[in-house]
Amino acid sequence: MLQSLAHVCLAGISAGMFIWLVASGLTLIFGVLRVLNFAHGSFYMLGAYLCFTVLKVMGGNFWVGLVLGPLVVCAVGYAMERYLIRYVYHLELPYQLLLTFAMVLIFDDLVKMIWGAGSLSSPSVPGLSGSIPILGRNFPVYNLFIIVVGPLVALGLYLLVEKTWWGRIIRAAASDRDMAAAIGVKVPALYTAVFVFGAWLSAVGGALAVPYVGLLTTGMGETIIIEAFVVVVIGGLGSLKGAFLGSLVIGLLASFGTRFIPMLDMFLTFILMAAVLLWRPQGFFAES
Amino acid sequence: MNRYWTYALLGAALAALILLGLSAGPFVLYLAMRVMILAIFALGYNLLLGRTGLLSFGHAAFYAAGAYGLSLATIHISPHPLLGIFLGVAAATFLALIIGFFCVRHTEIYFAMLTLAFGMMVFSLMWNARSVTGGDDGLYGITRAAISLGILKIPIYKEYQYYFLVLFFFVLSVFLIHRIYRSPFGLILAGIRENHVRAEFAGLPVKLYRLGAFVVSGAFAGLAGALAVLLESNITPFASHWSRSAEPVLVSLIGGLQTFTGPLVGSIVFVVLREVVERFTHNWMFWFGVILLAIIMGFRGGIVGSTAEILKRYSRA
Repeated sequence: MLQSLAHVCLAGISAGMFIWLVASGLTLIFGVLRVLNFAHGSFYMLGAYLCFTVLKVMGGNFWVGLVLGPLVVCAVGYAMERYLIRYVYHLELPYQLLLTFAMVLIFDDLVKMIWGAGSLSSPSVPGLSGSIPILGRNFPVYNLFIIVVGPLVALGLYLLVEKTWWGRIIRAAASDRDMAAAIGVKVPALYTAVFVFGAWLSAVGGALAVPYVGLLTTGMGETIIIEAFVVVVIGGLGSLKGAFLGSLVIGLLASFGTRFIPMLDMFLTFILMAAVLLWRPQGFFAES
Repeated sequence: MNRYWTYALLGAALAALILLGLSAGPFVLYLAMRVMILAIFALGYNLLLGRTGLLSFGHAAFYAAGAYGLSLATIHISPHPLLGIFLGVAAATFLALIIGFFCVRHTEIYFAMLTLAFGMMVFSLMWNARSVTGGDDGLYGITRAAISLGILKIPIYKEYQYYFLVLFFFVLSVFLIHRIYRSPFGLILAGIRENHVRAEFAGLPVKLYRLGAFVVSGAFAGLAGALAVLLESNITPFASHWSRSAEPVLVSLIGGLQTFTGPLVGSIVFVVLREVVERFTHNWMFWFGVILLAIIMGFRGGIVGSTAEILKRYSRA
């Protein structure tokens, strides 16, 4: 029983870390740009497919794919912010949401046009394949790797936002755009940079997911974006710390839910989301 | 345009629709019915989005409630279509009342997220309650039994027969929603959209009005769902998925949010365009996304709003 619980825990945490990589970018973009990006899951999907392609074309090195795939997604993110999203900041919410939703439709079909409609099976990573015994049961090495990577990204983001000059600028623009512009911050350029960075985080998540999910499908972006929405809401829109803790909660909830009450696993996630929105809309982990 | 011209135009449109039902082949009728069903869904929905200014991402749940309500009534109680439609609409209305009660506490993005959460709860229930809803297979084989009114029996099995039932509910919905737009209730909704603080200061129970709009739009979504399941003869849980909730939003946006006829025009464009694009390419979503982008970037009034603006400018010059 104990070992089974430990394994369910580990599986939940590793699943949560993928959601975290998507949710971190999503919440960062929302915190600064005030735009909730439906297409953020598409960056995850694109990151995965591009990593897969690099992996196939360039002799099967996963690490090359992990670096190159997300870089291409950065270019996509740049174009999207620079030529589309920039023009809807001043518009009402439906237009902003639907613009990013239109991008979801476009990205989904683009992926189908380029890679075909079927699913692609992905190879394992040399050095991180196989599994090791934990408490007498085998656990995939790759999942442990993810459990290490997730918190490292969190630490990196914390240092970036709280301790560097860049972070100060980002926080300044997030709390008051006009004031930041008045004291000389190039706000439009900063917005582009934050959007591209967020897209990169999500794409890295997607690239890392290639060996993890085993199968790449065009629906993977839509699945993760909803989980990321839940996480971002639970953590409080715009809060990185909340998003990290929220990802852990949702990962664990899904994994325990699937294990013990499979009937209600998805239901629990959304009931938690609704409950937080109703009673603590500022986020579950926000200080008061 | 004076009142008589409007009546004449409406009469001509109705006559054209009746003529279509009498003369067109089954495929055209099928498309026409899909347009009308989508229009009922979108017209009701736009009462919430365009009129009240609330963006819901969970209305597919009410559509699905109507569809499942009718299907379950057909399977377990009686195959009478009118009873099924009534129970479907009742189920959707009841669900909208419960969900709306919680959702109207927020506006803007929090409202959108709340409706998304509740919609997905409904989705997961329909997905998991296999014994009732058939799980991911859904319910199928829903046939169109004859409508029996005492000794009178009206068959609706054939396409051209069912067409007139859909047309009846379509005309009824357009009429009702138009009346709602023009009623004090509808005007207050617009007032709430423009300035809810002021509406509250005037002593109006803003949340109650928002709930009213939510429930009414949910009821029409349920009607659309019930009619759709009679048309398609099956329903799956995906009908309540969040990505389906985007449909009425897109349709309203294409036609024009701030117009009454917008969702109607949007429905025609949505269904017809899809048929046309799918003849040439499988990538219907791609082109649809491109059109959406064009509307959001350049023609935010939608088709109806933008055309009206151009006409106005033209007639002034």
